[in-house]
Amino acid sequence: MMASTDLAALWTSFELASLTTALLLVLCTPLAWWLANADSRARVLVDAVVSLPLVLPPTVLGFYLLIMLGPTGWLGRLLHAVGLPSPVFTFSGLVIGSMLYSLPFAVQPLRDAFQGVGRRALEVAATLRASPLDRFFSVAIPLASRGAVSAAVLCFAHTLGEFGVVLMIGGNIPGRTRTASIAIFNHVESLDYAAAHRLSATLLATCLLLLLSVYTVNRRLRAAIALA
Amino acid sequence: MSLAVQAALRRPDFSLQVDCDLDAGGVTALFGPSGCGKTTLLRCIAGLDRISQARIRFNDEVWQDDTHFVPTHRRALGYVFQESSLFAHLNVRANLEYALHRVPATQRRVGFDAAVGLLGLEPLLAQRTQRLSGGERQRVAIARALLTSPRLLLMDEPLSSLDQASKAQLLPQLEGLRDQLSIPVIYVSHALGEVMRLADHMVLLEAGRVRARGALQELLTRTDLPVGHGLDAGTVIDAVIEAHDTEYHLSLVAISGGRLAVSMRNLPPGSHIRIRIDARDVSLALKPAEQTSITNVLAARVLELHADRDPAQMLVKLQVGADALLARITRRSVAQLGIAPGCALYAQIKSVALME
Amino acid sequence: MTARLSARAVVFTLLGLLGPLSLPGQAAVADELSVAVAANFSGPLEKLAAQFEQASGHKLLISAGSSGQLYTQITQGAPFDVFLSADSDKPRLLEAAGLGVAGSRFTYAIGTLALWSAKAGIVDAQGKVLKSGTYRYIGVADPGNAPYGAAAQQVLRALGLWDTLNRDKKVILGENITQTWQFAATGNVDLAFVALSQIIAADGSISGSHWLPPQSMYAPIEQDAVVLVHGSHRGAAQAFVSWLHHDPLATAAIEAAGYRLAGL
Repeated sequence: MMASTDLAALWTSFELASLTTALLLVLCTPLAWWLANADSRARVLVDAVVSLPLVLPPTVLGFYLLIMLGPTGWLGRLLHAVGLPSPVFTFSGLVIGSMLYSLPFAVQPLRDAFQGVGRRALEVAATLRASPLDRFFSVAIPLASRGAVSAAVLCFAHTLGEFGVVLMIGGNIPGRTRTASIAIFNHVESLDYAAAHRLSATLLATCLLLLLSVYTVNRRLRAAIALA
Repeated sequence: MSLAVQAALRRPDFSLQVDCDLDAGGVTALFGPSGCGKTTLLRCIAGLDRISQARIRFNDEVWQDDTHFVPTHRRALGYVFQESSLFAHLNVRANLEYALHRVPATQRRVGFDAAVGLLGLEPLLAQRTQRLSGGERQRVAIARALLTSPRLLLMDEPLSSLDQASKAQLLPQLEGLRDQLSIPVIYVSHALGEVMRLADHMVLLEAGRVRARGALQELLTRTDLPVGHGLDAGTVIDAVIEAHDTEYHLSLVAISGGRLAVSMRNLPPGSHIRIRIDARDVSLALKPAEQTSITNVLAARVLELHADRDPAQMLVKLQVGADALLARITRRSVAQLGIAPGCALYAQIKSVALME
Repeated sequence: MTARLSARAVVFTLLGLLGPLSLPGQAAVADELSVAVAANFSGPLEKLAAQFEQASGHKLLISAGSSGQLYTQITQGAPFDVFLSADSDKPRLLEAAGLGVAGSRFTYAIGTLALWSAKAGIVDAQGKVLKSGTYRYIGVADPGNAPYGAAAQQVLRALGLWDTLNRDKKVILGENITQTWQFAATGNVDLAFVALSQIIAADGSISGSHWLPPQSMYAPIEQDAVVLVHGSHRGAAQAFVSWLHHDPLATAAIEAAGYRLAGL
């Protein structure tokens, strides 16, 4: 069987992926909605900024976070001034890093799904006395649900596999910031290939099961909603 | 009802300049060729498109002026789009209830069962919207719009995306709605046939401007308007069924200027109906013809003459009782018979279409 | 068959033409040596490479990484000529596995452990700051895979602090000595156990504040080098290794960089 620290690392990975996904879904839905509907020039800029984590190597992202959040960085100093501790080497720090790292994986499918809803359905809802907020929840969200599932799955999987950012700002603390990917790397580094194999295989198998179940549920949901 | 609309819009390929008061109930048709701005105007009235220079007042409410803009969801109107636009994620019943639930109970004047009954939707209630035919979808869309208990109903060419059979099925239902509901309707269309069956008033739009407006019959028979010159030019007259001739399978219909016989319809005497007489079906005679197969002959007085698009023909506007009638006859006949305004003569009507 | 022969002929002709062209005034053919080096020695190696090229004409292609990564790559057939590790275990394993040329292994440097803070005044010259516990985080390279980390662990155990510090979650493990140094340099840990070679400047000065634990507190960090069997420039590789071991210029540079030399 696997060492308890490895099990803990798996658990930390799943915790991180779940929390990151949940937070991103909540925060990115309004952003994606705005991107799908806005006409302003700012939209192009925001689109580009949101896509930045795609092109930035994760280690670079992690490195900049390390510097910015450290006691010499502007963000770290700001937090210190407000009385908050530095998020470096904490689970919260990992969540922040992961949210930045997986941001485009949440925003883009959601934005595309909202765009797919189209103007007409919302106009119809307006003529049926639905206020903008009402239209968002009663029409836009249900019609965009497929995109939301995509976003959640992509986000979760992407965060599970995250390495560079965690490596940089995690500090490898067992039970707190040692994720499965870090643990596997460590096993390889210390030439314990057997442990590396075990942990990798478990991670792979768990992910596969998770993805299969999500896609099955999604298919059933789709049949029920029968999106044209 | 009173709807005052002022709208000005300038785009590179299109401009709209409308200043119009629609002061009557019933069905007002916004009629004109494609691209004349009918849909633009309708969407502006609904608040779906916001034209910066527009003023819209409905009864005592200002919907838009220089300082205000009431968003669509706060205007007490219903809108039926050209393509049905039902919510794909809801079934028929849920689509209908979507509208109903957003009207406070105290303001509901159209009940669920009433709307379903009016449009014959009982068998469809549990269906998913994807399974419905075009005609069925539009019926649901209309019922859904009615369930907002609107004080004004806007319809944007609701039949134009349907095939002939569906149109033929839906038109009578729309007529029925018009008769049973007292909600004023603005009906956008470029199909004269629909307008003739449904409208009470007409606003004629041309290149973004109001060319004419008034009662339906009046506009239809105005020889200075293009609507009087088309191939299906004609008139509509409100009539009453007097009696039935069961032996010859005819119904006798009374209009202000006389009596007409039409193919029998199964309506009780006293029923109000609308009849349509096309200009091409009217011929003129100085004296009532004898021994002719044409049974419908009415005394008429010539009001106006007008050149027709076809140089061989002429349009003659006639007064028949309180109604106006159009006849299209050859110029040669006009000359040979000496037809001129003021002449008293007889209109022979070959075909009377009963609209129902 | 004919095609292959002609290709070879072309290659050899080209080499023959180009060889003498690349080294005007040199009789021998100059090689490009692939050297895999542990991250902590990569800086000093860059300087040594310049000196070696002047002396011999051979160029060094340096691949720096963690010893564990490099070891794994070598066992999977990576075509390095020489491996400069941060420990003595991995070169020994390679020799035993027949991947290292027998007899070529030697200790090229002995590492010096340093406790360092980027800020002056944090670390005193006796290292008493450790016991005081007035710091939030202390950085240590992962003892499982970094020799300096193992040494740091030994020092902390000797001081009786290892368990308490871990219990208080004050220890931050760096993946390798470089990351450990980064944590300290960015101030994210208050102090860290790093290699002396990382904090010593070219002129011998050291910024911030530091303490050098006595050598008796930890097992010597012997950094071994070995010539690899699958390299393609055996002659040049052995020349390099010999130069590194014996040449006075090389040994002086290694000492200046903050290392000690194995007893000759």
